[in-house]
Amino acid sequence: MRYLPLTDADRSSMLAVIGAKTIDDLFVDVPAAARLSGLVDLPRHAGELAVERELGALAAMNRTAGAGSFFCGAGAYRHHVPASVDHLIQRSEFLTSYTPYQPEIAQGTLQVLFEFQTQVAALTGLPVANASMYDGSTACAEAVMMAARVTRRRKAVLSGGLHPHYAQAAHTLAHSAGVETHRLAAAVDAEHAVVEAIDSDTACVVVQSPNVFGAVTDLTAIGEAAHAAGALLVVVTTEAVSFGLLKSPGDMCADIAVAEGQSIGNALSFGGPYVGLFACREALARQMPGRLCGETVDAAGRRGFVLTLSTREQHIRRDKATSNICTNSGLCALAFSIHMSLLGGTGLKALAELNHARARALKAALAAVPGVEILTPRFFNEFAIRLPRDAAPVVEAMTRRDILAGVPFSRLDPGAGMDDVLLVCATETTTPEDIAAFADALAQEIAQGIAP
Amino acid sequence: MTAVANLGRPTRPEAVESSPGAHPGRGLLQHEPLIFELGGWDKTGVDFPEDHLGPDLDASDLAGLTAATPVRLPGLSEPETLRHYVRLSQQNHAIDLALYPLGSCTMKHNPRLGEKLARLAGFGDIHPLQPVSTVQGAIALMDQLAHWLKALTGMPAVALSPKAGAHGELCGLLAIRAAHEARGDARKTVLAPTSAHGTNPATASLAGYQVVEIGQTADGHVDLADLAEKLHPDVAAVMVTNPNTCGLFERDVIEIARLTHAAGAYFYCDGANFNAIVGRVRPGDLGVDAMHINLHKTFSTPHGGGGPGAGPVVLSAALAPFAPTPWITHGEAGFEFIEHGGGEAAATLGRLCAFHGQMGMYVRALAYMMSHGSDGLRQVAEDAVLNANYIKARLAGAMTAAYPDGPCMHEALFDDAWLEGTGITTLDFAKAMIDVGFHPMTMYFPLVVHGAMLIEPTETEPKRELDRFCDALLELAAAANAGDVERFKGAPFHAPLRRLDETLAARKPRLRWTEGGGG
Amino acid sequence: MRFSKDHEWVDLTGDTAAVGITAYAAEQLGDVVFVELPAAGKAVKAGEALAVVESVKAASDVFAPVSGEVVEANGALTDNPETVNDQPEAAGWFVKIKLADPAEMDALMDRGAYEAYLATL
Repeated sequence: MRYLPLTDADRSSMLAVIGAKTIDDLFVDVPAAARLSGLVDLPRHAGELAVERELGALAAMNRTAGAGSFFCGAGAYRHHVPASVDHLIQRSEFLTSYTPYQPEIAQGTLQVLFEFQTQVAALTGLPVANASMYDGSTACAEAVMMAARVTRRRKAVLSGGLHPHYAQAAHTLAHSAGVETHRLAAAVDAEHAVVEAIDSDTACVVVQSPNVFGAVTDLTAIGEAAHAAGALLVVVTTEAVSFGLLKSPGDMCADIAVAEGQSIGNALSFGGPYVGLFACREALARQMPGRLCGETVDAAGRRGFVLTLSTREQHIRRDKATSNICTNSGLCALAFSIHMSLLGGTGLKALAELNHARARALKAALAAVPGVEILTPRFFNEFAIRLPRDAAPVVEAMTRRDILAGVPFSRLDPGAGMDDVLLVCATETTTPEDIAAFADALAQEIAQGIAP
Repeated sequence: MTAVANLGRPTRPEAVESSPGAHPGRGLLQHEPLIFELGGWDKTGVDFPEDHLGPDLDASDLAGLTAATPVRLPGLSEPETLRHYVRLSQQNHAIDLALYPLGSCTMKHNPRLGEKLARLAGFGDIHPLQPVSTVQGAIALMDQLAHWLKALTGMPAVALSPKAGAHGELCGLLAIRAAHEARGDARKTVLAPTSAHGTNPATASLAGYQVVEIGQTADGHVDLADLAEKLHPDVAAVMVTNPNTCGLFERDVIEIARLTHAAGAYFYCDGANFNAIVGRVRPGDLGVDAMHINLHKTFSTPHGGGGPGAGPVVLSAALAPFAPTPWITHGEAGFEFIEHGGGEAAATLGRLCAFHGQMGMYVRALAYMMSHGSDGLRQVAEDAVLNANYIKARLAGAMTAAYPDGPCMHEALFDDAWLEGTGITTLDFAKAMIDVGFHPMTMYFPLVVHGAMLIEPTETEPKRELDRFCDALLELAAAANAGDVERFKGAPFHAPLRRLDETLAARKPRLRWTEGGGG
Repeated sequence: MRFSKDHEWVDLTGDTAAVGITAYAAEQLGDVVFVELPAAGKAVKAGEALAVVESVKAASDVFAPVSGEVVEANGALTDNPETVNDQPEAAGWFVKIKLADPAEMDALMDRGAYEAYLATL
């Protein structure tokens, strides 16, 4: 078996050194009733070729984003990742290393984390960023918990523009810890309703911009209202490329910024693994969940990096930890950081402008389709449109024209009464031909549906 | 003040020498500054299409919402980027370099087939919210993985979505909480042994429970009498790691399960050490109600310098109805997701995270499972246990095993009794291991053993490497006993850096680069 | 000065007592990096959690050795937590408490008894 280096001769001689007759002697503590005498009922071992064939066949059944027109966003985005990113993350010393608990022999990982934290702080406009969370949605949930700890209040107001999956993840985590989440009604311009919902029990308001309908809002006024009531402003960003063009969360009064970093460096990958970004104001740093990397010196006065402020974490604080987190999203954070290092601030801005331009072109084309109403007035690279009938069957029909036409809002929130709303996205990978084909096909689908 | 088992071991070097100049390089190792120290403030290493320069790039429709200036971050050309990260990579130890003996981490070889398959466009370039009719192969893969996990554990259901082991623990406890609430019997306490990994009490606390500790017997097992005494009607769950963090199989596990159920509580098993028993024991046969499986441990998805992980949770019939969404179902139209509560999933505890889980890790884990098969996986557990016992036997003369009587499972635990009188601590010994080319073993965990040293070789180590490791440790142990204190106190001498000041990092946190220094 | 079994010390002046951790405790902890102190005005009971003292590798609860009201917390520890290591039984004090029940002092050990107790550990 290609991954098992021991030979039978090795095994015999090792058993002799141990002083055991058979391997079963080493499993003596397992109760007889629980010992499996034979193999579990599963296929036996297979060579690389066989495994490749079988899993390759499953891969071939899926319609990839790159195979044709593709307009899905809503929390996961198709961007071009430079070839060197994927090459570098496969280096043995990055791929097969562990959490940097022995800093002398992990400066590679630690320096990357320090650079990553610096990049995230710059992008979010907040000074303290951690070494990444599992993803944007769990980062959002943890932000709610952190706000509850900091303010000692038990209520979180979630904007109706927050991605429904994020709202649900926040609810699941907060609920069991005794923190109530109050989700406002879904609406394209949901941010207007947030301020009225703030009261003296509110630990934080959670607002997303661009929101799930793509709407971009200046959240400063909401932040000021939250602060006046003693609550924190948590700003959520699901499309990290938008940091290249829009006002940062820090510039809009955010106390905590969370984001999904997938757009930078990481493939769509059917939803995971992704990378959560988490940043906050200086004063809140000790309440922050997740790992933190800090600068220091060694015994010879040389600069180095170590994991720090660990007493917040589970392995020390145990039941009083800020969270239970043990892993970050290491390799995905590395991919993010490499891509960000290639882009730089100017490159990110160019990328963001290009995304916005493609989305405007998409909007122009769709606005010209009879029956289509553009719902989102100001957007970055995705927006919502209203169709003359339910969006989900239209999207399904469009797959038969080999077009992945976007995400029906009903997929995310079936109870919102917005079944005719479709979320569409364009990125730098979207071509004018794709857009033309989409508009054309959509016009035909809509026309077909309006049968007397 | 709560007692501290002298965890206050030195967290900074005894003396800091005056700052030498930075080496430009030394042999094969290059010195590499931060990207922020390489210039590149107005540079970018990405080329954009020509129309980037065109008139369509008008963001005036977003007036008032845009940033005044671009984010201030440097960009590097591709050659500079490659150099920067390759140089950094040289400063990491890794499984691909040597036996990486971190106990409870399962640092086994990562098959490169997994990397190849995860990168197939059919897995890597699909969006989680595409119509399910366009991703039947992806959902079929998830379903296959679920089947393997259920068969290997003997459990009827599995929640795939948790993004890490700790996330899986939370999933399990929330399912338990939901089950109690559904019976109108909300309880407030969770029991966990003193030897438990920190994530156990942290998770219980996060899930809204008070944690009460169960004692341990002198031979490293859960104290059944103490458990029985603490199991009253207010206990929601008992969290036990099996094999436990001392590297031993809990021989009373069936009785632990029975007592737990008799008290109306559920049995949560921390599956971090599944590598010791995969293919030989099924947790479902032991009475487990929920167990997370670290795909990045037993099923060899890469550790990646700290993540990403994946922590699917197998569930008993009693807990299955409360599993988080999405659920996978199969109907006339093929595979479907149930993504919202109601119908079949009426009792779901809800959603733990966006989308469906760690697909990239599912591909790798399934490729690993299919490669090994049921015969190979059983061999994995046997070789893992054999390797750990071999190390224990070879080191037994020089070092003191914490639980010397009887075999260990996949990891061997030593304490620091053998170092008494030498003036050398577990920490010093660990740092000296670096000088002979090895990453230190897990130190000072579990907390119940003084100066603990926990060694887990895994099954992917050849005998040659095990012997190389043992020879090196025996030589170090001899040096320690011979009084060569300086070799240990000053170690590591052959690493790029030596004894970093963790005190300074915590007292004066600098968490990002800033112009002019200081964070 | 009197001492608790949990290695806190109390130094009474009039009806107000300064409270901190002993040199033994500070040594056990190692380098102190952060101290979390209660706000002035907080009421505490003997035996309840009063503060948290953090080193790099550990976080320990400090228990109130006496009951009363916190009248002052040692703000100097925010910027200079190392004072707890340098002068644990003097400048490294944590809080000043106005005693609710001076008789509680009798339950605490004097220095001789505390040192004898340390020898048994």
